Amino acid sequence: MKDLAARILNMAQMRGATYADVRVTTRTLQTITVKNGRVQELSQNESQGFGVRVIADGAWGFAASSRDDYADVDAAVNRALEIARAGALSKTRDVRLGAPEANKGSYRSEFKLDPFMISMSDKINLLLKADDSMRRVKKNGAHLVTTSELVFVREDKLFASTEGAAIQQESIESGCEIQALATNEAGDVQTRTYPWGRHQQTRGFEFILAQQLVENAPRIAQEAIMLLGADPCPPSDNATVILSGNQVALQVHESCGHPIELDRVLKQEASFAGTSFLTLDKLNNLQYGSEIVNITADATIPGGLGTFGYDDEGVPAQRAEIIKDGRFVGYMTNRELAAELNLGRSNGSMRAENWNRIPLIRMTNVNLLPGAWKLDDLIADTDDGIYFDTNRSWSIDDKRLNFQFGTELAWEIKGGKKTRLLKNPIYTGVTPNFWRSCDAVCDESHWVVWGTPRCGKGQPPQTVRTGHGASPARFRNVKVFSRS
Amino acid sequence: MLGQQKLLHLADTAFSHTKADQAEVSLRVLESSLSRFANNAIHQNVFESNATLRVRVIFGKRTGVAESNDITPEGVKRTMDTARAIAQSQPESPNPSPIPQSAAAQRMDAFVPGTAECTPALRARVIGDVCGLAGAQKLIAAGAFRTDAYEIVIANSHGVSQYHRGTIADLHTVVMNDAGTASGYAVATSPDVRVLDGDAVARTAIDKALRSQNPIALAPGEYTVILEPAAVANLMQYLAWHTFNALAVQEERSFVRGKRDQILFSPNVTLYDDGLAADGIPSPFDDEGVPRQRVQLIENGAVRDVVYDTFTARRDNVSSTGHAVPVPNVQGPLARNLFFAPGDKSRDELVASVQRGILITRFWYTRLVAPLHVMMTGLTRDGTFLIENGQVSLPVKNLRFTTSFIDALRNTRAVARDTQLFHDERSGMTFRAPAIVVDNFNFTGVTQ
Repeated sequence: MKDLAARILNMAQMRGATYADVRVTTRTLQTITVKNGRVQELSQNESQGFGVRVIADGAWGFAASSRDDYADVDAAVNRALEIARAGALSKTRDVRLGAPEANKGSYRSEFKLDPFMISMSDKINLLLKADDSMRRVKKNGAHLVTTSELVFVREDKLFASTEGAAIQQESIESGCEIQALATNEAGDVQTRTYPWGRHQQTRGFEFILAQQLVENAPRIAQEAIMLLGADPCPPSDNATVILSGNQVALQVHESCGHPIELDRVLKQEASFAGTSFLTLDKLNNLQYGSEIVNITADATIPGGLGTFGYDDEGVPAQRAEIIKDGRFVGYMTNRELAAELNLGRSNGSMRAENWNRIPLIRMTNVNLLPGAWKLDDLIADTDDGIYFDTNRSWSIDDKRLNFQFGTELAWEIKGGKKTRLLKNPIYTGVTPNFWRSCDAVCDESHWVVWGTPRCGKGQPPQTVRTGHGASPARFRNVKVFSRS
Repeated sequence: MLGQQKLLHLADTAFSHTKADQAEVSLRVLESSLSRFANNAIHQNVFESNATLRVRVIFGKRTGVAESNDITPEGVKRTMDTARAIAQSQPESPNPSPIPQSAAAQRMDAFVPGTAECTPALRARVIGDVCGLAGAQKLIAAGAFRTDAYEIVIANSHGVSQYHRGTIADLHTVVMNDAGTASGYAVATSPDVRVLDGDAVARTAIDKALRSQNPIALAPGEYTVILEPAAVANLMQYLAWHTFNALAVQEERSFVRGKRDQILFSPNVTLYDDGLAADGIPSPFDDEGVPRQRVQLIENGAVRDVVYDTFTARRDNVSSTGHAVPVPNVQGPLARNLFFAPGDKSRDELVASVQRGILITRFWYTRLVAPLHVMMTGLTRDGTFLIENGQVSLPVKNLRFTTSFIDALRNTRAVARDTQLFHDERSGMTFRAPAIVVDNFNFTGVTQ
């Protein structure tokens, strides 16, 4: 890998690049899916290649290839330079990256049990047991479709640049999901998942064991069936809602994580992902949330899907304050835009899906920091409210201001107690109004770094894995309703 | 590109490394170039070359799948060995998805050398023109210009040996004012880059952006809407996923289950899937190598068929229609070459037919709320206008809809005669869609 990287950088420099970096990556993805009691999918995907990013004539070029013989490497470097020079024809300014990042180092994600060393039969048996546990519940006339999944990722990545950076990183990810889909003759369809869709961390197989899929399977299936007969969520324009920790994670992801991406703010994603309501004039000037809302972008916390040693520009992982005491104080940045706006050093948020994609500003782990409440106390403190649990649908406008989220289920809270199960719950709001209405956040005993493994952005499209530390939180005066 | 001969040789090499009872080899080669622009300048400019081998092997009642982009002789052998090891590590399945028998697919010429050889300089020139036109109106353009060339081989141990190659060119732009409060969208897609008209794309988006300034707010509620082709394509995508898919029917979560030949939609609606249509992005066979059939999904409002892969077809004792995605999977077959049959109205006639309604350029962030009725939520984006007395009048603030796409096709009262081609890069789906008029489209919110 190192020889290949050195050869590519030499070629790029010799042919006129004023800057070049290269990522040589090997990524293995293993997927096991059980559906309705049988192994549905068992596959392993290995992808390897290199991507070379150059600046020539003041413009960016990038070329990536899965093949590394001399002719392919030669062609890729030439292609990257050709692209850069063509792009320079319409440039409005030269690309500048600020101070050099000549970091050398290595990083290995923390794990105890290498999932690729666990026997396939052990993994399959775990899913078959969970699936069986879901299917054994009393169905009360419902039709049940059960699915369960394990996903494991191993990535080895070398980054090197003409500034002298040389970084080797190795990471392991483990993810899992069980799902029960219940239907009835009336045509109702209800879904329950656990832990929440696919939960994933940069951990080993110990993460999977800790989720207790088999133990939770009967409850998930029962809840899916119970939802068929549940009452719809009653409408209200000013409800008190408590969001489960995983729903807070989704709320953070969509309404804070994306609008703090500085490339969106500067309209670089305008044609696809959209822009951001957090325009430059809002920095340090906007009360984004209530004073108990504190949000960080932190690539250093153990286990997060956005945890790494260095980003894909070779910048060390960092913890950046985004919302402090409710005030908006920071963006996620890269080298080019941090330099352009005099924001100091990049806070290390450039990530690429794989060798064949350029890095973009992406979420690392964007976390709502824990508050002081125990969940039981928070529910007891709520006289009339609704507890929303586990995301089902999510939609937000291209500035990340107007959102509408639905969850798989909700519980009515009356007199400080969870009472009725409610189906098809939806809540909607405007981002800063919603966060300003937050009056309680649960403590670190409830805090989980939830994994969102399918965050899409960019053209060509890239799916990146992000993390969100979150615990349940309460919000006032929220519009809620049922989908039907 | 590697060419048919080399790809078929690679497939033969793969087969030589397995003693599986059944084996399937898929090879995909992609050379993709994309120039992306924002703020009236190119800011991302990329090229990718990749070749991927995917193998499915069946030993008795055990299936293993492995995929790798290492197509060296050693890499091919390793991938076959991995697939075998995976297959042998699992319990027997009572009902493994079989590998289909041989059938020849129609040869389709979908490869345009001009697209495959499109240079970054040519893309930069077109983008420069788009940005120049936007800049002349004190607007800023963002977008992407993509040119792809691809090859596919699907071969299996029953004698299937299919090869196809093609190209796709796609140019789209969002033009907006500096404050980002007014925007317009336009797109052009074709296998042939030479027919893309960059100026026309730019002018359409600029016109919408200029007319979008100072929008008024409309109250949520039910409106008659004109959905322009991009919005219709989005609607078709979700119906393909959740309704006209044999697995969704078999799992009792499709609206059309048990309703064949019933008239459930407007008589103005005819929807079909056709991978062989010359005015789409031709795709003569599916991911199992089964030739694609034209499948009528809705005919003059009547429910007709759904699409099948080999697995779901066997369950219903019918033949695959050639709509498999890589097998095995949990989502089932997919209608990925969708056509909404054109009507007989011009766009102006559609507008003239609406007393009071909303013209929608495209949807954004559409998400499934409930699968059976394809209840969706999402927002309008990049060109939303009030229609009054048969004329497009004021721009309106973007609205959130929460409505059933099934109901939208029930309430379709007119269809335009002109259609437009779209290709969704994420899903690989293509759509040819007209503008349509839909009554009682439900909006549940207005954006700030």
